[in-house]
Amino acid sequence: MRDSNGTPRAFRRELNVRRAKSANLPNMKTLVIIPAYNEEASIAGVIRAVKMHMPLADIAVVNDGSTDRTAGLVEGSGALLLNHPFNLGIGGAMQTGYKYALKKGYDVAIQVDADGQHPADQIRRLVEPITKGLADMVVGSRFLEIGGYEPSLARHAGIKIFSKVVSAIIGQKVTDTTSGFRACGKRCIEFFSRRYPDDYPEVEALVLLHKKGFSIMETAVKMEERSGGRSSITPARSVYYMIKVLLAIMVDLIKKADI
Amino acid sequence: MYLYQIFSILGALVIFGVIIDFIRRGLLKEKYSLLWLGAALPIIVLSIKKEILDWVALKVGVAYPPSLLFLIALIFIVLIMLHFSVVISILQERNKALAQELALLKRSLKEAGITTAPPAGAAERDKP
Repeated sequence: MRDSNGTPRAFRRELNVRRAKSANLPNMKTLVIIPAYNEEASIAGVIRAVKMHMPLADIAVVNDGSTDRTAGLVEGSGALLLNHPFNLGIGGAMQTGYKYALKKGYDVAIQVDADGQHPADQIRRLVEPITKGLADMVVGSRFLEIGGYEPSLARHAGIKIFSKVVSAIIGQKVTDTTSGFRACGKRCIEFFSRRYPDDYPEVEALVLLHKKGFSIMETAVKMEERSGGRSSITPARSVYYMIKVLLAIMVDLIKKADI
Repeated sequence: MYLYQIFSILGALVIFGVIIDFIRRGLLKEKYSLLWLGAALPIIVLSIKKEILDWVALKVGVAYPPSLLFLIALIFIVLIMLHFSVVISILQERNKALAQELALLKRSLKEAGITTAPPAGAAERDKP
């Protein structure tokens, strides 16, 4: 039996249950920002997953100069498309998303990667502390619970280094500094739309937020393997980026507070 | 401590300080500072003790050791300039893309009935 929209009744019941479950976001205008660079293999699936688990949230895909069919796959999927004329990198792409969030007055902005590593069903865990006013930014950490994610040796070493350095600097233990799976409140959105780092922005952003006196919280999440496509970061580039970020962090410490 | 050592160490420290300060003030992006900081490092290391400079100069085949400091500084300057040339080329290409996108965007807006600012011919006068 179908209802007036042509939706089978059983499915409609399921939809209403899901809608009720996610309606614990009290009138918080939520935006999911998906930065995408050549992710035609996974983008459609990611958008579908986000729509399913966060039906009340809007989705903005920032197409960072993709040369594949990423943009075409977003059209008509219910997600909004922001196109860069050329590639700016993850930092520039996310900042475009934050600028859009600021312009449209969103209360919460969540970063979800287009490669499928960020599980849509755990977005709520990132958003809840923000709606409750517990933190300005919530980071989904892969390392808060033991036995979760085991990256390659090189990446693991890099991640640990950043984790130790940043934890020492901000005086707060952060276990996953490179996780892009994070949610921001209004103050963060406003700050990031004005200033957001270009390379390994996730790490430097933590230090910048700390300098501004914003509160950061971590919550445990379980991430998936990348589903399709290739990472744009090679081991050689990783080292280069690490040096740049470490330098940036050191200098951030002595930077003028109002920048 | 010879006079040349004071000059080169002081010079390198000044460069180091200026670069860090510029980054701090937001005038210089970290990625463009790496080569400058990288230049200051060997200069300082070689200038700390006369014996170090003499030894390296001997190994490399430079008869007058302080020339090695000039050589290193020159090499880094060439590298920095080369880097700049590459960056400028990339920026020019991106700038062109932005201008073109803007032109097409204004066209789309006009077709949608939105008026935009009239074209600026002044940009021609500032062409490098």
